[in-house]
Amino acid sequence: MVHQYKMNGYNIVMDGNSGAVHSVDSVAYDIISMYENSNKDEIISEITKKHKITDEEVIETIEDIKSLVEEKLLFSVDPFEEVAMEFKKKQSVLKAICLHVAHSCNMDCKYCFAGKGDYSGKSGIMSLEVGKKALDYLVEKSGTRHNLEVDLFGGEPLLNWDVCKGIVAYGRELEKIHNKKFNFTLTTNGILLDDEVIDYTNKEMSNVVISLDGRKKTHDFMRQTKDGKGTYDRIIGNFKKLADARSEKEYYMRGTYTAYNKDFADDILHMADLGFKETAMEPVVGPPEEDYVLKDDDVDYLCEQYEKLAMEMLRREEKGEGFNFYHYTIDLTGGPCIVKRVSGCGVGTEYLAVTPTGDLYPCHQFVGQDDFCVGNIYEGVTNKKVIEQFETCNVYSHKECKNCFAKLYCAGGCAANAYFSKGSINEVYELGCKLHRKRIECAIMMKVAEEDKGLKEE
Amino acid sequence: MTRIKTISTRNLVKSAKIGGCGECQTSCQSASKTSCSVANQHCKQCINK
Repeated sequence: MVHQYKMNGYNIVMDGNSGAVHSVDSVAYDIISMYENSNKDEIISEITKKHKITDEEVIETIEDIKSLVEEKLLFSVDPFEEVAMEFKKKQSVLKAICLHVAHSCNMDCKYCFAGKGDYSGKSGIMSLEVGKKALDYLVEKSGTRHNLEVDLFGGEPLLNWDVCKGIVAYGRELEKIHNKKFNFTLTTNGILLDDEVIDYTNKEMSNVVISLDGRKKTHDFMRQTKDGKGTYDRIIGNFKKLADARSEKEYYMRGTYTAYNKDFADDILHMADLGFKETAMEPVVGPPEEDYVLKDDDVDYLCEQYEKLAMEMLRREEKGEGFNFYHYTIDLTGGPCIVKRVSGCGVGTEYLAVTPTGDLYPCHQFVGQDDFCVGNIYEGVTNKKVIEQFETCNVYSHKECKNCFAKLYCAGGCAANAYFSKGSINEVYELGCKLHRKRIECAIMMKVAEEDKGLKEE
Repeated sequence: MTRIKTISTRNLVKSAKIGGCGECQTSCQSASKTSCSVANQHCKQCINK
């Protein structure tokens, strides 16, 4: 399907099935919008009248459109639905685990999807023995995959830092034996981030995710200590030190926005103003009765915020003061293959979460949902019925996605969001979809603008 | 084409032939933990070229 929109003075046409993107003038934009449902004479009649141009000019553009159609770059048919399950089977090898090294937290964030760190269960700390066994399990199930990923996650993983380091050291041993490469990520709230942790992560972690919600008032309202104090002042210096020392290595400053900071663009710009160049911010997920969750009525305003952010990012980029926002990072020429775009994030197939006691779940967001416990690291996957749901889940198993222009950018969306909002992983979380579509529109507009203005690629 | 500029994008049909190697980053391993951001990833094979 074709999606057309106007933003920042650009007329943009996306061909959803091929992934092609076209920047067009207003004449071509109007012709494309009529192309499928009007004949040539109707198009000529309307366009010459509206744009005050000659028949020949209209015909020339119609011919250009026709050649793009022939090249399958416009109004292309979807060639992937029938082979979707073949693609999905390529995801049957485990390559990433989210290790919940601590079901415990030294903060008490109001919106925490992890039940204040313990995932609505018993709090617990992962032993080194469980951590090692989890890595063994990953290697055993990884087939020929060379790059393996391990996220040291929580709760707050720095509450179990010695075990984290033991797990990393064990991974380095396994790399040599099995010819694998472990890419470790640490996700931390920053409270316990000190020089030793910073030095270690810069040596050993391929990515560090640091949690900040933006401006002090925003952050301190949601992200508090157990005794109700804001944490901004305690962590900001630690984060600055980490980012400065990170050099070329990957990090993200990641935030969450809620109904209490719908003007979240200013929170992301605050991160950039502080000097953080790698930012990310996601809408909160939570039970609908909570006061912080976002409502359908908020969507228009939130979309304006995304647009405001994109415009400001371009302005700064032109001045040589650019920064990255994860959700606008789209690599049009070197992005993911169609197999990944159809198959999705790999939840329950190539990605699993491991609890402190070694239980396995399809992903971190399902931890604590007893029905979704699929086994453990000692016996492997035993609950095949649950895993089968994920093995067949792909962009085409969501009927709502069939005619969505964004389907090959989100692969049908987050299974956990769908489950928690609609009760099935094959449904969609509509509010999330609306925001995701806007993010993609903004990201594509930025690519068009960068090309137009000769700004360099990231 | 005078009125249409096509932005360079990856040919998705061709990508099926070499696709599915699984060496790229898992989306929830980067910065998203609550949404599916597969399109925000890079292809390892493209990077290595």
